[in-house]
Amino acid sequence: MTTADWPLWEVFVRSRRGLSHTHAGSLHAPDAEMALRNARDLYTRRGEGVSIWVVPSAAITASSPDEKDPFFEPAADKPYRHPTFYEIPEGVKHL
Amino acid sequence: MTAQPADTRTSLTTVSRETDVPAAAALALGDDALVLSHRLGEWIGHAPVLEEEVALTNIALDLLGQARVLLSMVGDEDELAYLREERAFTNLQLVEQPNGDFAHTIARQLYFSVYQHLLYGQLAAGDGPFAPLAAKAVKETAYHRDHAEQWTLRLGDGTQASHERMQRACEALWRFTGEMFQPVAGLDSVDWTGLEAAWLESLEDVLRRATLTLPEGPRSAPWAAGAGRQGVHTEPFGRMLAEMQHLHRSHPGATW
Repeated sequence: MTTADWPLWEVFVRSRRGLSHTHAGSLHAPDAEMALRNARDLYTRRGEGVSIWVVPSAAITASSPDEKDPFFEPAADKPYRHPTFYEIPEGVKHL
Repeated sequence: MTAQPADTRTSLTTVSRETDVPAAAALALGDDALVLSHRLGEWIGHAPVLEEEVALTNIALDLLGQARVLLSMVGDEDELAYLREERAFTNLQLVEQPNGDFAHTIARQLYFSVYQHLLYGQLAAGDGPFAPLAAKAVKETAYHRDHAEQWTLRLGDGTQASHERMQRACEALWRFTGEMFQPVAGLDSVDWTGLEAAWLESLEDVLRRATLTLPEGPRSAPWAAGAGRQGVHTEPFGRMLAEMQHLHRSHPGATW
């Protein structure tokens, strides 16, 4: 069997409790169980994680670079969407 | 322990005075880990896929870590690893067997990691000198065992070619499995009969789920003059040692 037969998996690692899973990289594996084990060996061998997700790369729908302008350009000149314009009322501690 | 001349064999049969560690037992367990670690390291640059190369070498590093602790209980770890002759090594013959194809490596891993996991489990539960090491190592070996079992299932229940190769590998290494349950002097708390029964039960279960047949042949070679624990080794071991030791022997005292 060659790697060409093995699907690609995306690996997400949660570095500690309370944080969300973050994309760590990708790998080849014959199935989900082996992908999880390979991810353990490749991405958590220096104590980086407490939890791993693996997702078939084929299951991910990604935005295309061609759509970059219509997708992201309109957000570039709307600074009023940033919360810097909002004044925090006095006395509010945990915002 | 200070440096000793090349023949350290006689001193190893006694108990190390500083630590009350049974030296022969530390050496037997340490040699198993060291030799298998070196064999797994031979896959570097040759593994079927990159992911598997990292998996095998991670296991090799776990074993090397165990070997360092165990050999340091007996003496100078480098001297023991690099300056002993073949007959002074007391590892099982199973772990010195060449990598062969991937199925052979997985069969060797399966036989040994199930054994090591059960043995360390027993040692960790006791209060002997090996309990602290075993408590840490039992988690590592649980993963080694899982890795071997996962691959056995996939190769056995994979294609016809992978099934045949896996079955052949299990048969070929079967005759080295009896030796594992020879009691090791100094490991008096171990229930060797129970260990063997648990090992056989695990093997039966994994092989059945992998659609493989438990080999039926004898579990030791009738003509064998002895076993690895007595310092008797198979032919490929000499070549492995030559490669493992040549750098240290050619450049004594060399450092990075």
